[in-house]
Amino acid sequence: MPTYQINVNGASKTVDVAEDTPVLWVLRDHLDLVGTKYGCGIGQCGACTIHVDGTAMRSCSLTLAQIDGKSITTIEGLSEDGTHPVQEAWKEVDVPQCGYCQAGQIMTASAFLAKNPNPSEEDIENAMNGNICRCATYTRIRKAVQIAAENMD
Amino acid sequence: MSTNNTFNTLNRRAFLRNSSLAGGGLLIGFNLFQACKPKVIAEPAIDLASLDYNDFNAFIKIADNGAVTIFSPNPEVGQGVKTSMPMIIAEELDVAWDNVYVEQGILDTNNYTRQVAGGSQSIRFGWDALRQTGAAAKQMLVSAAAARWGVDPSECTVSEGVITNAAGETLGYGDVVKDAAQLEVPENVPLKKTSEYKIMGKDTPNVDIDKIITGKSLYGMDYKTEGMVYASVLRPPAFGQKLVSYDDSAARAMPGVVDIFTIGEKLRGLAEAVPRITGIISDSDKIVVLANSTWEAMKAKKAIKAEWEQATKAESTEEHDKILTTLLDGNKFETLRSDGNVKKALAEADQVLERTYESPFLPHSCMEPMNFFANVTEEKVHLVGPIQTPEGTAGFVAQLLGREADDIHLEMTRIGGGFGRRLYGNFAIEAAEIADKAKKPVKLVFSREEDMEDGIYRMSIKYRIKAGVKDGKVTAYHLKEAAVNSNMYGLVPNFFPAGAIENYQVDTAKYDSNITTGAWRAPYTNFLAYAEQSFFDELAELMEVDKIQLRLDLLDNVNPEEDERIQYSPERMKEVIKVAVDKSGWGKKPEHVHQGFVNYYCHNTHVAEVADVKIENGEPVLKKITCVVDCGIVVNPLGAKNLVEGGVLDGVGHSMFGELAFKDGKPTANNFDRYQLLRIKDAPIVETHFIDNGLSPTGLGEPTLPPAGGAVANAFKSATGNRLYKQPFTKTPELLKVPEKEIIG
Repeated sequence: MPTYQINVNGASKTVDVAEDTPVLWVLRDHLDLVGTKYGCGIGQCGACTIHVDGTAMRSCSLTLAQIDGKSITTIEGLSEDGTHPVQEAWKEVDVPQCGYCQAGQIMTASAFLAKNPNPSEEDIENAMNGNICRCATYTRIRKAVQIAAENMD
Repeated sequence: MSTNNTFNTLNRRAFLRNSSLAGGGLLIGFNLFQACKPKVIAEPAIDLASLDYNDFNAFIKIADNGAVTIFSPNPEVGQGVKTSMPMIIAEELDVAWDNVYVEQGILDTNNYTRQVAGGSQSIRFGWDALRQTGAAAKQMLVSAAAARWGVDPSECTVSEGVITNAAGETLGYGDVVKDAAQLEVPENVPLKKTSEYKIMGKDTPNVDIDKIITGKSLYGMDYKTEGMVYASVLRPPAFGQKLVSYDDSAARAMPGVVDIFTIGEKLRGLAEAVPRITGIISDSDKIVVLANSTWEAMKAKKAIKAEWEQATKAESTEEHDKILTTLLDGNKFETLRSDGNVKKALAEADQVLERTYESPFLPHSCMEPMNFFANVTEEKVHLVGPIQTPEGTAGFVAQLLGREADDIHLEMTRIGGGFGRRLYGNFAIEAAEIADKAKKPVKLVFSREEDMEDGIYRMSIKYRIKAGVKDGKVTAYHLKEAAVNSNMYGLVPNFFPAGAIENYQVDTAKYDSNITTGAWRAPYTNFLAYAEQSFFDELAELMEVDKIQLRLDLLDNVNPEEDERIQYSPERMKEVIKVAVDKSGWGKKPEHVHQGFVNYYCHNTHVAEVADVKIENGEPVLKKITCVVDCGIVVNPLGAKNLVEGGVLDGVGHSMFGELAFKDGKPTANNFDRYQLLRIKDAPIVETHFIDNGLSPTGLGEPTLPPAGGAVANAFKSATGNRLYKQPFTKTPELLKVPEKEIIG
C-alpha cells in the first residue's frame, strides 16, 4: 500500500493506507484522532467536519490526494487546551446533549467565524445548516456561535 | 412505589457487600472500581481523577483530601443522567460539587439496579435510592469522626465534606473514610429538605463537556484495543429475505481483509429460547467481513456477491396503508379500556365528529451509528459500547454463547443518541456471535445505510377518533388504533381524556409485519398526542366553545381517586395549562401570529405547549414553542432545559419531516440525503418554564416530545384554515399555505 505524508494539527504524519481511504478513516483508525466523527459517510450530516487550510470540509468525502500539501486541523488541534473561543462558548452555553455531532459543529462554527467575525443571525443559520444535531441542540448552537463571535473580536 | 423499594433493598445490599469487609481497611474483595475502569476514558478533565481514592460503596469513593468520585450507574444517551444522578448523591453526601469527579459505572447487577436508559425513569426511580446512598454514607462518615473524637454523632455538623465537632475540631471525609466504610449501613437516614439543597436546583454543566469539546475518546465508535479487528456486515437487502449463497473471492483478495464468514446459527438458537428476539433480528444468515480498519471492512463488503431469496412477503407502505385502514373499518379489536356505553352515547348524540390520523415509519437516526465491541475468551465475554439496556443485553449474550451471567463483563460508553433504538441490543448480540467465531477482539460497526435499512423502527400507526356531543357536553369518546406489529400498552389507554368522559373506549388492532419495529422516543404517545390534541381543537370548533376551556371542563370531570389507572393529576394539568396560557401570551398575539395549544401527560409528567406560527411574506413560519413542564423537582435546571428543548424540537422535526416509506420490503431512504431530519434553519425558538412545586421528580427525556406535533398542527390550522391529518406535515405542502384571499385581505 502507498505511503502518504499528511500534515495534521501542526505535525507531519506518515500513513500507510489505500489511496481511496477517506480522510475521516485515516484520522480515526490510523492516527487515533477519534474526535472527528462518522455520521453518514456522504457529506450530509457534518459530524466529520475538519479544517483544510482553514476551510471547513467533510472528511468523509475527502481523499488523501485532495489534501496533499495542505494543513489539516481536527477538533483535537483546534486549540491546545480547549480554549478556542468557540469551544469556550460551547462550554458556557452547555450546548451538547449526547455530544456526538458537536466536534463537527464546533469545527464548522470556528472556520465560519474566522471568515465572518461579525455574523448576522441569518449568516449563522446558513453556516450551521449543514450540520445535523439529532438531539436538536440548535437553540444553544445559535447562542454559542453568537457568543463566540463576540469573544473573537 | 414498589419498584422504589426494590431499588432500595438492592442498594442496601450494595452497601453491605462493600462495607462488611475483613479487616485491613481498603482491600475490598469485590473491587468494582480498580478492576473495571473503562479504558475508553481518556485522561480526565480535572485532576480529581488522578487522586488516590478509597472505595466507600458502589457509588462513592473518597480520596484523602476529601475529593470524591461518584459513579453514575445508568447509561448516558444525552439525557444528562451522568450529571444529574451524581448530583443527587453529592447533595446528600454533602460535598462541594467542584470536588466531585464523575465516572460511568459498569454493568453491575449486584450493586446497581435498573441500569436502563428508557421510559424517562432514571431520576424518578433513582430519586429515593440515590439520596439514601449519599445520606447513609454521610452518616457513616460522621459516625466514624465522632467515634474518633469520642463524642456523639449528633454533636457534629458537616459542610462540604468537612466534619466539625462541638469543640470546633475538624476532620475531612478523607480522614475517616477507611473507618466509615467498616461501619454498618444505617437505614432510613433522614434526608435534606428541598430548602437545604446546595447542588440540586443549580445550573450544572454536563460533566463530560471538556471531553466533548476537545474530541476525546468517549463513544463506542471510539473504542479500540490491541489486536482488535473491525467487522462490517452484509445484511439481507430487504425485509423477508434470506441468504442463499455468496461469492467472497474478490473481497478476500482486498487489502486489510482478515476473514469473511457468516453468522446466524447461534442467533437462531437464541431465538428458539427467547422467541421475542425474532421481532428485532432477521433470522437469515449474514455475511461478516473482518478487516484491519473500518474502511477496509466496509469496502470489502461491497465486493461480495450474494444471492438472496424472498422467504416471506416483501411489504410496502402502499399495502400497509390499505391494511391499517381495513383494520380501522373492521371489528377485530382488542378493547383496552371501556367506560359506560360508547355506542349508545354516540347514537344519542346531537353532534358526532370522526377523524382519522396517519403516521409513517420512522428510523431512530442516532448520530452515532450502531456499533459494539466484543471479545470472547474462555475467561470472560468482554462487551463495550453504547447500550440503553446493558443488563438485558448481557443476559441475551450469555444465553447466545451458553455462558454464565457472571462471565459477561459489560462496560457502557457515552452514547451518541438512543431514542429507543439502543434498547434493542441486537448489534451487541451480533458482535458477540462474530467475536466468538473470530476468536479475537472485534468491533462491529454499522454504516449509516445499514443503520437505516436494518432498523427497529417506529411503526406506522393510524388512529381513528369518534366523539359525541349532547347538550353541549362531550358524552362519548372512542379511540381506535391500527398499528403495524404492536399496539399501545401499559397506562397509555388511561391517559387524558380517560376518566373525563363518561362513555370512553380504547380499541386496538394490529397487523403482523416482517419489518422490525420497536420503541421510539415516547412510544405511541409520540403520535397519539398529536392525533388527540388535534381532535380536541376540532371538537371545540364544532361545539363552538373555547379550545382551552373545553380541556379545562373535561379535567373538571376527572377524579383519580376513583380509578387507580388514572395517574395524571387534573390539578397539575390545569396548572401547566394556566401557566402556558400566561407565558405564551395566548389570545393576546397580533393578527399575523397564530397559536396552537396542547396539554399532555405521559412519563409521569404534565406538559403544555403553545406553538406560534407567524405569517412572513405571505407564508406561515413556525417561530416559537412555549413549553411548560411539571416534572416535580428539577435536579439540574440547565440540563433539564436542554432536554426540554431537545424533546420539543424532536417532536417538531419528526412531525414536519420524518417519513420512512417501504417498497419491495425495503426502505426508500437509507441516508440523510433522502431522509430529512430537522436542521437549524427550521428549528423554532423554544421557551421553557418549569412548575416549582417541590414534588418528587418525574420523567423528562420523553414527555415534551409528544405534544409538539399537535401544537404545530393546531397553530398551522389557525394560520391556514387547514387541518393536518397526516404526518409528516411537509408531505402535503399545499396545506401549509395561507389561502390566497387571506393574503390579499
